[in-house]
Amino acid sequence: MAERSFAREVRDLELGEGQEFRGEGILALTKALLQSGVAYVGGYQGSPISHLMDVLSDAQELLGKLGVQFSASASEAAAAASLSASMMYPIRGAVTFKSTVGTNVASDALANLASSGVVGGALIILGEDYGEGSSIMQERSHAFAMKSQMWLLDPRPDLPSIVKAVEDGFELSEASNTPVMLEVRVRSCHVHGSFIAKDNKRPAYTLREALENPVRDVNRIVLPPASYIQEKEKIEKRWPAAVEFIKSRKLNEFFDGDLADVGIAVQGGMYNGVIRALQRLGLADVWGKTRVPLYVMNVAYPLIDDELTQFCVGKRGVLIVEEGQPEYIEQAVNTILRRRDIPTRIFGKDVLPMAGEYTADVMLKGVRDFLSAALPSALSDASRAPNVPAIADDPRVKALTGVVPPRPPGFCVGCPERPIFAAMKLVEKELGQHHIAADIGCHLFSILPPFNIGASTMGYGLGPASAAAFNVPTDKKSISFIGDGGFWHNGLTTSIGNAVYNKHDGVIVVVDNYYASATGGQDILSSRADNATRSTKHPITKAVEGIGATWVRQVDRTYDVGKMRDTLKEALSDKEPGPKVIVASSECMLNKQRREKPLFAKAVKGGQRMVRERYGVDEDVCTGDHACIRLSGCPSLTIKHSDDPLKDDPVAAVDNGCVGCGNCGEVAEAAVLCPSFYRAEIIHNPTSFDRFMARIRGAVIGFLQRRRARHALAVS
Amino acid sequence: MNVASQTALDTAKPLAIAVLAMGGQGGGVLVDWIVAMCERQGWAAQSTSVPGVAQRTGATIYYIEALPLPPNAPPGLKPVLSLMAVPGEVDIVIGAEFMEAGRAIQRGLVTPDRTTLIASSHRAYAVVEKQTPGDGIGDAAIMLKAAEATAKKLVAFDMAAIGDKTGSAISAVLFGALAGADALPFPREAYEATIRAAGIGVEPSLRGFAAAYERAKAGTPLEITPPPKKIVAPRTPQGDYAALVAQAQAEFPDETQMMLAAGLQRVVDFQDNAYGREYLDLVKGILAIDRADRGYALTQAAAKYIAVAMAYDDVYRVADLKTRASRFERVRKEVGVAPDQLIYTTEFMHPRMDEVAGSLPKALGRFIESRPRLFKALDKFVNRGRRVRTGTIRWFLMLYILGGLKRFRRGTLRHANEVAHRDAWLVRVKQAAAKDYDLAVELLNNRRLVKGYSDTHARGLSKFDRVMAAANKLEGRSDAAEWVRRLRDAALKDEDGVALDGALKTVDSFLH
Repeated sequence: MAERSFAREVRDLELGEGQEFRGEGILALTKALLQSGVAYVGGYQGSPISHLMDVLSDAQELLGKLGVQFSASASEAAAAASLSASMMYPIRGAVTFKSTVGTNVASDALANLASSGVVGGALIILGEDYGEGSSIMQERSHAFAMKSQMWLLDPRPDLPSIVKAVEDGFELSEASNTPVMLEVRVRSCHVHGSFIAKDNKRPAYTLREALENPVRDVNRIVLPPASYIQEKEKIEKRWPAAVEFIKSRKLNEFFDGDLADVGIAVQGGMYNGVIRALQRLGLADVWGKTRVPLYVMNVAYPLIDDELTQFCVGKRGVLIVEEGQPEYIEQAVNTILRRRDIPTRIFGKDVLPMAGEYTADVMLKGVRDFLSAALPSALSDASRAPNVPAIADDPRVKALTGVVPPRPPGFCVGCPERPIFAAMKLVEKELGQHHIAADIGCHLFSILPPFNIGASTMGYGLGPASAAAFNVPTDKKSISFIGDGGFWHNGLTTSIGNAVYNKHDGVIVVVDNYYASATGGQDILSSRADNATRSTKHPITKAVEGIGATWVRQVDRTYDVGKMRDTLKEALSDKEPGPKVIVASSECMLNKQRREKPLFAKAVKGGQRMVRERYGVDEDVCTGDHACIRLSGCPSLTIKHSDDPLKDDPVAAVDNGCVGCGNCGEVAEAAVLCPSFYRAEIIHNPTSFDRFMARIRGAVIGFLQRRRARHALAVS
Repeated sequence: MNVASQTALDTAKPLAIAVLAMGGQGGGVLVDWIVAMCERQGWAAQSTSVPGVAQRTGATIYYIEALPLPPNAPPGLKPVLSLMAVPGEVDIVIGAEFMEAGRAIQRGLVTPDRTTLIASSHRAYAVVEKQTPGDGIGDAAIMLKAAEATAKKLVAFDMAAIGDKTGSAISAVLFGALAGADALPFPREAYEATIRAAGIGVEPSLRGFAAAYERAKAGTPLEITPPPKKIVAPRTPQGDYAALVAQAQAEFPDETQMMLAAGLQRVVDFQDNAYGREYLDLVKGILAIDRADRGYALTQAAAKYIAVAMAYDDVYRVADLKTRASRFERVRKEVGVAPDQLIYTTEFMHPRMDEVAGSLPKALGRFIESRPRLFKALDKFVNRGRRVRTGTIRWFLMLYILGGLKRFRRGTLRHANEVAHRDAWLVRVKQAAAKDYDLAVELLNNRRLVKGYSDTHARGLSKFDRVMAAANKLEGRSDAAEWVRRLRDAALKDEDGVALDGALKTVDSFLH
């Protein structure tokens, strides 16, 4: 069960011919798949394409009706491999994942698929996680297209263009027997817009038909000599077929302008940014009318030599707008023009930055510098002057540095991973700093304040594998973390199996919170919930033991900081060779609250006796040293200014967001911090026995309190 | 190539709105409302966001562009809108938290020629602000100054409080502030119709909307005032305490009265009236060497920090505080318990042998402390977490009795240690005062470093010692007081004293 319900969005997926679809880019993509007669979809969740997976997961009834098979793939590799169904059968399939990280994982399968070629349309939807909001290394997916000879679509960032790209992509794939990648950037995935829908289509040829009529062709399998033939075929047949299709279907767009001496060739995804830059220079308007001719490459790879030649010929200068590095398109365009001896000067990364996102101001500066060099008369005096906003230099704005705090993402209120790292911090206080390898997932937030734990991250499921070299005798073992998501993605073999086989003497902590939480709370093999369409409840410890680990400890309540700390210490001091695996399990609080809150409210409403817990701080006991916060970072454990004239520093306070997980109390206890924390148990609908006891207790306690108050002085 | 005739360009510009929020604040809902409202008014609108993993409590930016469609627009006419905010070209910036609004200013999104800045003045402190051992809270006054300098129009007030009061999410309050700010050419009804059409939590949202609308319309400027301190004024001091209060009022100058009243109450509350007299005597010792021309700054600092030093946190005090009726009442209020609900509290306590030995009579405590093996053996027995259910009679009695034992406090080891530490400190202060008044004030202020329990307390003491030691070396320089203040600030920056180490090195570098 993902953390968000897509019930409303699923209804939108059923819209028919002529109806208007309104929503996010990523959901438009999903609808486009169904309109294209896709027979199977797979993928691995991750920003920015998680919603595509989640909405399909919630739409299984509709998919069933349409005859669409949907897999929540174990990894991007699994997703990409599933496209082999389109290799021999005229079946359309699509997979999706985050790129470039997912494409890295998938590239073995993708390279094989690209070599074999396809007969059914095969579409790979890549969430191009580049620029602001990205959570990964900054690279381009473009390289994968070039190395494997797959085609790369990069549509303009509006819903009709994105939807059209899906439909075109399948056809292009079939026309050229080549898998097609479609990249959408973070903002395009989340852009809200509309398009006119078409009816959903059932697959023309079904998976069942394929299974019942199997086909094989040894020339399609990647083995010599077929692999040599396939390479030639890519260049001699599939590429020209693709170029022909792209040309004849006009997938790339030309926008005329009267300043014919110059032009801008732009990746589709950058189009809106270019228009805005031109608009700011007085050379385009908000409806897309432009004075500078544009060539919009909705197909970023392959390049269409004829179109580029046609665009460039007779121009003094052409600017290539492609984000990220290296500048593949610019290099290729230069080659194309040189071969044809066309003297048009190509601008690109000389006026635009090689690295980094093309933000509005970067784009403006790039286009302006290009025009200043290639056609200065196009610029008005006003727009030629660099408009550095003076406001940034105002001392009152500069004073904000150090006042506005950074606010990186962190563990949620009540997160069960927090106590694991609190325990880790306590262990390090006692035994000194260790080499700690981190992994990908929410638990990577440990590298940030207040925990500051974790020295490296090498990829999903690779945390323990990244500590593999540190397998030498020492008193300070390496410690590595891996989440349940990464564990099932590939970590069981790559990390745990690797450590077992090599008798790696390190400590491995598997952070098990019952879901792939960082990507939105999708179920995985070890999820504890019932899932009608997937097989869950496979314990991680069983898998770890199955692969040969002998030192395995299960901690069932991570909030028990003392136990967590002791287990870590036990693992670190163990003398037995081989990995010490600690599986630390507690349910993701975000998901737990979503599940339990309505049930609790219902029970209270129904008159049942229910106990709600939350935590608090006695502010007169708190001295404002904030040691508790340095071991927690919980959003609901905050501070407030004290009105006590004798206190200088703010005191700790627990706000109403508290879900009563108990971490702060446990930490205060385990770390011997202070006695300020209390847990309040609030009894809803108390029974008559509760009331009776409360009356007696109240009477005795009240008597004693009044007695002492009388003896105390009459202060306040 | 043929030169086409110059294209006629439309000069219309879209209206740009940036929303900066934190994960979980409902920024997405607000953005959906704005887009839906624009569309209902015949505008074209587009929104986008870069949430990434920011839904996990991080900062998120949403961006909207919208513009009216021309009256004779052909069907399907769509503008080409930007997917990211253009610094200097944003008409409305909404900051769902005060420092997030500050982030918008830093990003250059707020400019005096066009931007209406709508900011909730409430604070959700970031981890870096909270984790500082001292006061790491960003200065809201600096933020307000920046907002006033950059915004064409500023609408700022505590929208979270209005949300709480009206039972609405902050998104609806922000929407109301947007309507009240008159930054969009739509009537109030258009906003309210949008909330109704969305159909979720309509009533509370409309309440929050209306309250914010009125507040924004009223245009009351935001004022940032330093957080208020309680003024301690005993209502009807009785008996010996009344005499003490009278003595304090009679014998101390006006400038010191406020702090003296608070300090006196604290120490008497901590122990008894005799202890209060002791306190007044100690402060008087400082007053004797103080100077009227300096506004009795020394005595003021003494009134504050001698009280803090005297009312140290020991087992008896914690037990006493935890069992008071006023504390029971405060917890009920803080937790928000309805009259028909019951509440019990469980305290998380973890006494160590150190605390127990400190609470014993001096001789016995010293005896144990000087025998490490015995100490360790006893610690094994004592040192564990204890969950104390204060609402049950058995546990209450235990804490109650413990709290009552404070009458023996004067004979404990801890008290002896505290008195020795305090006296040495005050001797040092008096020595300094003779030559360098400002330095003496700073030496009193250094007591701020001693706080917390167990290890934290030990670390605080060690920082205190190091700053005091550096003060010895600095004494005689004209900037000694300034440097002691800087060292103290550095000591409050981080737990391990990294900043203090750096500052001490600087001091060493110019002392040699």
